[in-house]
Amino acid sequence: MNVRILLPLLLPCAASAQGFAGLGTASEGFATPERPAIFDFETDHGPHPDYRIEWWYLTANLQDGDGTHYGLQWTLFRTALAPDEGEGWSSPQIWMGHAAVTTPTHHYVTERLARGGIGQAGVTAQPFEAWIDDWQLAGSDFDTLNMTASGPDFAYDMDLTAQGPLIFHGDAGYSVKSADGQASYYYSQPFYEIDGTLTLPDGEVDVTGNAWLDREWSSQPLSENQTGWDWFSLSLDDGKLMGFRLRQENGSHYTSATWITPDGETTAYPDGAFQADPVSFSDVGGRQIPTQWNVTLDARGVDVDVYALNPKSWMATSVPYWEGPIIVEGSHAGVGYLEMTGYE
Amino acid sequence: MTKVGLQALLSHWLRNPMQLFTLIVGLSLATALWSGVQAVNAEARASYDAAAQTLGEGRFAQITSDDGAIPQADYIRLRRAGWLISPVVEGRLDGVRLIGLDPLTSPSGLATMGADDGNLTIDALAGGVLFATQDTFERLGAYDITRVVTPDAAPGVIITDVGTAQRLLGLENTLSRLLVSPTQPIVQTPLAEVAPHLTLRAPQDGSDVGRLTDSFHLNLTAFGLLAFAVGIFIVHGAIGLAFEQRRPVIRTLRALGFPLRRLIALIAVELLVLSLIAGAIGVGLGYLVAAALLPDVAATISGLYGESVSGTLQLRPEWWLSGLMIAVGGTCMAAAASLFQLARMPLLASARPRAWAMQAGKGRMYQAGLAVGLLVLAGLLGIFGSGLAAGFGMLAALLIGAALALPVVLDRVLAFGASRAKSVTAEWFWADTRQQLPGLSLALMALLLAMAANVGVSTMVSSFRLTFTGFLDQRLASEFYVYADDADQAAELQTYLTPRVGKVLPIQSANQDVRGLPSEIYGPTAHSTYRENWLFLQSADDAWARIEAGEGAAINEQLARRAEIAIGDDITLAGEAFPVLGIYGDYGNPIGQIIVTETTFKRLFPDIRPNRFGLRMDAADVPVLTEALRKDFSLADAQMVNQAGIKAFSLSVFDRTFTVTGALNVLTLAVAGFAILMSLLTLATMRLPQLAPVWAQGLTRARLGRIEIIRAVLLALLTAGLALPLGLALAWTLLAVVNVEAFGWRLPMFLFPLDYARLAVFAVGAAVLAALWPARKLARTRPSDLLKVFSNER
Repeated sequence: MNVRILLPLLLPCAASAQGFAGLGTASEGFATPERPAIFDFETDHGPHPDYRIEWWYLTANLQDGDGTHYGLQWTLFRTALAPDEGEGWSSPQIWMGHAAVTTPTHHYVTERLARGGIGQAGVTAQPFEAWIDDWQLAGSDFDTLNMTASGPDFAYDMDLTAQGPLIFHGDAGYSVKSADGQASYYYSQPFYEIDGTLTLPDGEVDVTGNAWLDREWSSQPLSENQTGWDWFSLSLDDGKLMGFRLRQENGSHYTSATWITPDGETTAYPDGAFQADPVSFSDVGGRQIPTQWNVTLDARGVDVDVYALNPKSWMATSVPYWEGPIIVEGSHAGVGYLEMTGYE
Repeated sequence: MTKVGLQALLSHWLRNPMQLFTLIVGLSLATALWSGVQAVNAEARASYDAAAQTLGEGRFAQITSDDGAIPQADYIRLRRAGWLISPVVEGRLDGVRLIGLDPLTSPSGLATMGADDGNLTIDALAGGVLFATQDTFERLGAYDITRVVTPDAAPGVIITDVGTAQRLLGLENTLSRLLVSPTQPIVQTPLAEVAPHLTLRAPQDGSDVGRLTDSFHLNLTAFGLLAFAVGIFIVHGAIGLAFEQRRPVIRTLRALGFPLRRLIALIAVELLVLSLIAGAIGVGLGYLVAAALLPDVAATISGLYGESVSGTLQLRPEWWLSGLMIAVGGTCMAAAASLFQLARMPLLASARPRAWAMQAGKGRMYQAGLAVGLLVLAGLLGIFGSGLAAGFGMLAALLIGAALALPVVLDRVLAFGASRAKSVTAEWFWADTRQQLPGLSLALMALLLAMAANVGVSTMVSSFRLTFTGFLDQRLASEFYVYADDADQAAELQTYLTPRVGKVLPIQSANQDVRGLPSEIYGPTAHSTYRENWLFLQSADDAWARIEAGEGAAINEQLARRAEIAIGDDITLAGEAFPVLGIYGDYGNPIGQIIVTETTFKRLFPDIRPNRFGLRMDAADVPVLTEALRKDFSLADAQMVNQAGIKAFSLSVFDRTFTVTGALNVLTLAVAGFAILMSLLTLATMRLPQLAPVWAQGLTRARLGRIEIIRAVLLALLTAGLALPLGLALAWTLLAVVNVEAFGWRLPMFLFPLDYARLAVFAVGAAVLAALWPARKLARTRPSDLLKVFSNER
């Protein structure tokens, strides 16, 4: 019953006019992000229970000794049923963990759910620890982390070291999501070097690569007429690019992007500068999913084709979506991650 | 032409409304019996399923602790060690079972919190919402918590969030048990490293409550099958007779050139419509039967197994469909044979009197062979078979074999009677009865089965009751029982009671798996009460003395049978081995039980302290002590039990168990009686050509009528005579084969001749009642009708 009971609970109207996963639902009683965004670290690495939703979202592009590409995801979502924190079972905070490992041929996924207030899941800012069950993302500070997760058919244990500063999207971390002004607080650490071991059904694989951690919280990040998004994080030869395209009911899009130089300087681009268009679709369990895209950011001379390492990177979780590693070719070369929601 | 043919066929019913009535009533009764039993079965099963879902019992492995309480911190530690488990808090609130679950972690397939429509909100988790049926809520006192009526909830159970349950039950930070998800991650710290004091139990099978309730349902199913057999006999008889009665119509239609195929099609459609009508009536009657029986079934199940069954009936498609199927299917089976005959019979031969009845007699040799084969099979299954399936297979082979053998045996008995006849009338009587046998045999088979079931079940019930009464005397030997709130109060109570009563016998128990079976270990104080009242089924020499000296243990029969433990074998309790010195009967208990002395118990389980006491005292002083305890310790009535009360309650539970089967017996008997009536009525008209010559030779109509009644009595008595051994064989199978397989204990069989005699009287009474009307009709047959026999064929 988990899923059926949870969906309406977490996501009051997953399939209706209130945007993907209910993220367009009005959020009475909850705090809303305001400009200017002022952050307080380390505290802001921890949870913000007065906001309705929040996530610690890590993706990594990895390679083993043979040069085989892998993708890895570790995500902890927080959803509040009410804008406060309580002790014990009466806490209105709900936690959801998603973990995945993608290989060129397989996509391993698992999900965990937990109540707040009892110690089964949570986040502390100092020392930093985010956990649900036996999964954790933790370290003495935000720059040096250990990350573990396990599922019925896979597990991983990775170490992360930040090689650059935190970067802030939009207006210094105030990221606008629609023409109506919906917004979230949004910052990232895109400079992690990562190494460790994947445990897969065929055995253990030692891997290294780069990881990108997104931190985002809000109460109603989407407009009611937005049905889903396509989010790209690209690690290119001469910099990193984060761009997303929010799809609206009338067929139009709202886009936003951040260009990140190798030393961490950012440029935010408003609606329309970043373009992403599907090139070809894959049939994933009966759904038509765009797994090859043309992505452009003219201001930086970016005109690339991106395609999925494994087009079957479907997250069959209680809120299903597509999330997987991508390969970048064209004006720039590189790797990255693609997340697509609202295709159910 | 079709219309004319149909008119001709239907006009037969118009001219003989009685025949139509018997056909419809026969079919309806058979359907009612079957669908009634099925309805009770389906309803009870649906309730179990709901209950089983709520509890997660049986399907999931569980983590438990010896003392029944798991600190919540252990749950968190296990989750953080990679264990996918879900907490359960369980307790009673105003006598209603309250279960707290965590909807986020509970394994899929567990009871819903009624949230399929998405109405579960923050209140359900944090503020507290109770989910239960309306009936259950009515039993609950006033609590300031939202109630959501959930018709699909298990009866007698309230589901709520784990946090709410902890608060209501005063069990903060404590869990009752942990359900283990069938899917676990590939990396996980072993339980022994995380929480060595907790035990992982595999999913239950074989010894769980579900299995026990299954056995009760097997009983019901067995009766359902019996009802089916009786029903099929009756349907077969009714349809066969309907054909026989209409042979002249069929002959005339065919002689007039009506095509055979179309005739067969018309009859088939007509029978289909009739069977649908009768089936619908039967299902309606079955509903009434089930509605009347269900409160007893509900009481039986909750009393016996502690599981609740809702006392109300819902219309479930599976049983009314199966009722219609039995009516239509039975009709098709019966009609197929008759239509086949119709298609093959020479055009004019089809009007030969009693052709159908004689036809039935022709296969008698085959029938005898089949009967012997089935009876031999029953014997073989009894000797070599094992398992419930073999037990029920044996029952089926026995019953059908005996039913098939009945006409053959009766024929031989009647032939013997004829050879001893002295007068002409007597000789005619025997010969005529013998000749009638084929037409009556289906009805008599139904009577045989009904009576055998009655003998078998009443023997089982009464044997059970006698054994159980003896067992209660042995078990509830103390005059008064007191239950303390907690260990501290227990200690105070013991001090208080010791000078006031003859002897205080502390009752203390621990739960532990013995050879993989969940068991309770008791450590009673050594006292003559036990020595005098506990009788062993099997024991070593000097068993009580050696058990009292701490040299061994006694176990209940269930444990001995399931774990295959014999006297002298060792069992391990809290890591220490004890030889089994005695095995005692422990009826009605689903799990294993072990008895060691108080001293041994205290050594094995130093942390467990008694919270119940049996008091040996003068029964007359019980009311005074009750009052004193109420005043001095504020004990609630439920905490003080007077032995007579427990006995009465326990007996009433067992009596109710069999109210249902008793009611079904009466119904079966009534249906069998009706079958006899039907057969006799039909035969009466068909037999005029045989009776007319006897009448012409001087036997008065009144005397012919009396002879009819005597014949019915004779046949009923002979059938009863055969039903008795069959019923006893049935009882033996139930007690010694089915009961052992299903419940784990064997019951001694007692005989109750008075009951059997009473049953014989009932059966004869039913036969006389059934014969009365045909006899009266015969006695009033107009002489002109009898004379007509001589003027033309019919």
